[in-house]
Amino acid sequence: MKHLLLTGCLLLALVTTLPAASAGSVVSEQAAPSATPASEEPGGNRQVLLARLTRASLRESAEVLDQLERSGGRAMRGLFAAMLAGDLYYHRETGRLMAVQKNPAGERIGSDIFTGEGLGVQSRGSIKKVRVNNRLRSHLRDAIARIDLMHGTEAQKEGAVLAILDDLSPQNMRLLQVTADAGQSDRVSELIELARAMVELRDSSVTDARLSAIAVMSGRLEAPVRNQLQRLLDDERESDRKIRIAAQQSLEEIEGRIAFYDFMEQLFFGLSLGSVLLLAAIGLAITFGVMGVINMAHGEMIMLGAYTTYVVQQLMPGAIEYSLVVAVPAAFLVSGSVGVLIERGVIRHLQGRPLETLLATFGISLILQQAVRTIFSPLNMPVVTPGWMSGVFAINPVFSVTFNRLYILLFALAVFALLLVTLKKTSLGLNVRAVSQNRDMAKAMGVRTEMVDAMTFGLGSGIAGVAGVALSQLTNVGPNLGQSYIIDSFMVVVFGGVGNLLGTLVGGFSLGVTNKFLEPATGAVLANIIVLVCLILFIQKRPKGLFPQRGRAAE
Amino acid sequence: MNVKKFVAGMALAAGTSVLSAAVMAADTIKVGVLHSLSGTMAISETTLKDTVLMMVDEQNRKGGLLGKKLEAVVVDPASDWPLFAEKTRELLTKEKVDVIFGCWTSVSRKSVLPVIEELNGLMFYPVQYEGEESSKNVFYTGASPNQQAIPAVDYLMNDLEVERWVLAGTDYVYPRTTNKILEAYLEAKGVDKKDIMVNYTPFGHSDWQSIVADIKKFGGAGKKTAVVSTINGDANVPFYKELANQGVSAEDIPVVAFSVGEEELSGIDTRPLVGHLAAWNYFQGVDSEANERFIQEWKKFTGDEKRVTNDPMEATYIGFNMWAKAVEKAETTDVDAVEQAMIGIEFPNLSGGVAKMNKNHHLSKPVFIGEIQDDGQFEVVWETDGLVAGDAWSDFLPGSKDLIADWTAPIKCGNYNTKAKACGGQGQ
Repeated sequence: MKHLLLTGCLLLALVTTLPAASAGSVVSEQAAPSATPASEEPGGNRQVLLARLTRASLRESAEVLDQLERSGGRAMRGLFAAMLAGDLYYHRETGRLMAVQKNPAGERIGSDIFTGEGLGVQSRGSIKKVRVNNRLRSHLRDAIARIDLMHGTEAQKEGAVLAILDDLSPQNMRLLQVTADAGQSDRVSELIELARAMVELRDSSVTDARLSAIAVMSGRLEAPVRNQLQRLLDDERESDRKIRIAAQQSLEEIEGRIAFYDFMEQLFFGLSLGSVLLLAAIGLAITFGVMGVINMAHGEMIMLGAYTTYVVQQLMPGAIEYSLVVAVPAAFLVSGSVGVLIERGVIRHLQGRPLETLLATFGISLILQQAVRTIFSPLNMPVVTPGWMSGVFAINPVFSVTFNRLYILLFALAVFALLLVTLKKTSLGLNVRAVSQNRDMAKAMGVRTEMVDAMTFGLGSGIAGVAGVALSQLTNVGPNLGQSYIIDSFMVVVFGGVGNLLGTLVGGFSLGVTNKFLEPATGAVLANIIVLVCLILFIQKRPKGLFPQRGRAAE
Repeated sequence: MNVKKFVAGMALAAGTSVLSAAVMAADTIKVGVLHSLSGTMAISETTLKDTVLMMVDEQNRKGGLLGKKLEAVVVDPASDWPLFAEKTRELLTKEKVDVIFGCWTSVSRKSVLPVIEELNGLMFYPVQYEGEESSKNVFYTGASPNQQAIPAVDYLMNDLEVERWVLAGTDYVYPRTTNKILEAYLEAKGVDKKDIMVNYTPFGHSDWQSIVADIKKFGGAGKKTAVVSTINGDANVPFYKELANQGVSAEDIPVVAFSVGEEELSGIDTRPLVGHLAAWNYFQGVDSEANERFIQEWKKFTGDEKRVTNDPMEATYIGFNMWAKAVEKAETTDVDAVEQAMIGIEFPNLSGGVAKMNKNHHLSKPVFIGEIQDDGQFEVVWETDGLVAGDAWSDFLPGSKDLIADWTAPIKCGNYNTKAKACGGQGQ
């Protein structure tokens, strides 16, 4: 099941990336696998081939695989898929091939390649992996694509045709012909039509036929189409003016569409970076923005959240898929209680002395970093990304959205909304706002300001911890994690306007988007610098940020 | 006249013997360890500190050197480049160490250089670097560009038929110089400027979305594309994660890295990286008896079954053993004597073959290309036929083409210009 999923992912990758690798050269008519069921094949020859596969050097393997594909066809898909995923092993004594996967307990479970029949737990020493390298992997992928073209699901067929667009050899075209004759869905037929048009444009000498081929190709976003048109225009031997003009127009149209999707992509990247900035800054918007405490240990609260994710994953190795769901509240509690401790232990004694607070919290941040180094080692900790968070959502060949970024964007917005509701609708929120506006008056009205301070700081730290869970999916979980986000966090809060949560939201997203739109033109290093310089100039003009607090509360 | 000369000679001899007696009186040979134990580089350098300590331990169990025990003096320059210079001065003047094993980043080495030359110390530098340097007081046991970058590019070009190149690196001296060399090399091989994309990112860069999207677009032009990565340290993890997420697999666009080894991979889930490449002079997975012994020793020393070994560790291992041999050959720890004794010393590599210290203070070593496996180890897919001699000055940069380093008489120069026949050329 798992390797089916994996193959699915790989095919999805095929759809989106259009491999530059050629679709193999040893295709023959028989390679279009016959419909004969595997069980009717003469088994002897195949057994010999399978045995050879276990002994072959990496160079010989390709040849063996070709022969297997020719003799077995469709039946070989499981074998190829397992080999591609690196799950193919053989028994050292019997030489029997099997797909081996680890179960949650770490045991190696074998299953038969062809029947899927369980072969039980295999000890580590008794089985050996069938070696595979990049060359073989691309060979295998092409073989699977050829099999899928006939027998796969719609998505698999689509991926297979897309792969063939890169290598329109006569053999591959014959394969497409066979596929088309079998009757296909609209999308697949459309792609086959496109492949034919590309061949027509390349090989035909009749102007009209070529012009109609260009008409089919125009507006298609697949990279091979673009490349072919570009090559045609670059080729000086192409003297037919009509063709040149049509190709030029077609290419311009394609490039216009790509430019639009490029813009969309930049925008998504910007929003995604913005969501990371927002997550990192949102806790600080409370501790610094609302309470006015300059908390240099804010980054370490994020780090603690990320380490909590690691610990949670260690505690539930069998349920990585759900680990993040558990890690979010756990991180909130861990970072939140550390926050309360810091507030009770240190910050409350330094009230109204921002400089001392700054130094004290800076000291705390160093202590926390070193503590983590001592407990977990200075090395980065591996945090696993659950399956549902990896992969891409391909909207078309040039625009796709990665799931992890998409979820984190949504998560950041959800956290923000939740926080807003907490501050606006709950009694804790009411108290927090009262204390931050006028401490003495709130006290006079019977608000337990000390308690509120501790809770607010805890809330801000807890949210930083939650941010840590999200960041653990994007970056390294190590002792220095917090340091890399502390400056960004302050930047966002100051830019957005201290004490204004909405400002933090707008600030985070606008910094993210600006950065990402600058990056292609200037490079990552310069983009950072430009954003920082602009920010300094902006703060000079408007010291209170985008959305300054107004009225008496601001003083 | 003769008598005078004789007396002067006697006095001199007496002087030296008194001096050497003073040296003999010191009961240990001090080995300085100059690796960051805190800060950003701690992740990589702590391992090397432990390696030196293990080597010292082992040497002492064998009875030390010249009848004396070795004593390690560990200092922490804290990933702070100027502090590297200060700590070197402390090691040489206060602790009076006989040799230093240290540094990782090129910028830290550059900061140590003036001090070690002024005080005539001796340092072994165990990390792959950009070349364009040779100091009398430093031995470079890591790879120079022609022992790592150039063979890797050759492999991609000849075996994988790569035609389009992305040179991606962190923004500092090592990637910039290496990429300059690679660009010159690729252009010399007839690669069009349009087919080379160069990209730099800051240290610890974590948002790789746009860059990976650019690489994808660059690779979609119908020609086989590869990424040559000089991305350093932590930034690699999010880079590879983003590659996997955007569906760029090693068969489509392979990434060959010069700064990613077993240690760096131990912090990531490597399944999505399977098939990407790295070029080194050593892999833990290399099958040899010496290597097996070294790995066992290392696991025992650290008390951790999961600890991995890597290329800079092997470079430290070779450097340390060569130094020990040179001290025995010179029968003293005096820097000038050991420096001359070092040249020509040979020691078996962990990865097979015998490393040799050349006149330019660089090693001759084999070069391997490995593919990342799902257990975080490398499978060697290609290796050079024999040993490759490290070049101090690149043959592909206009400024350093004519320069060589030769520390034997009569040249005795780290930047000798073979055209002008004079010492004192300028590189890049």
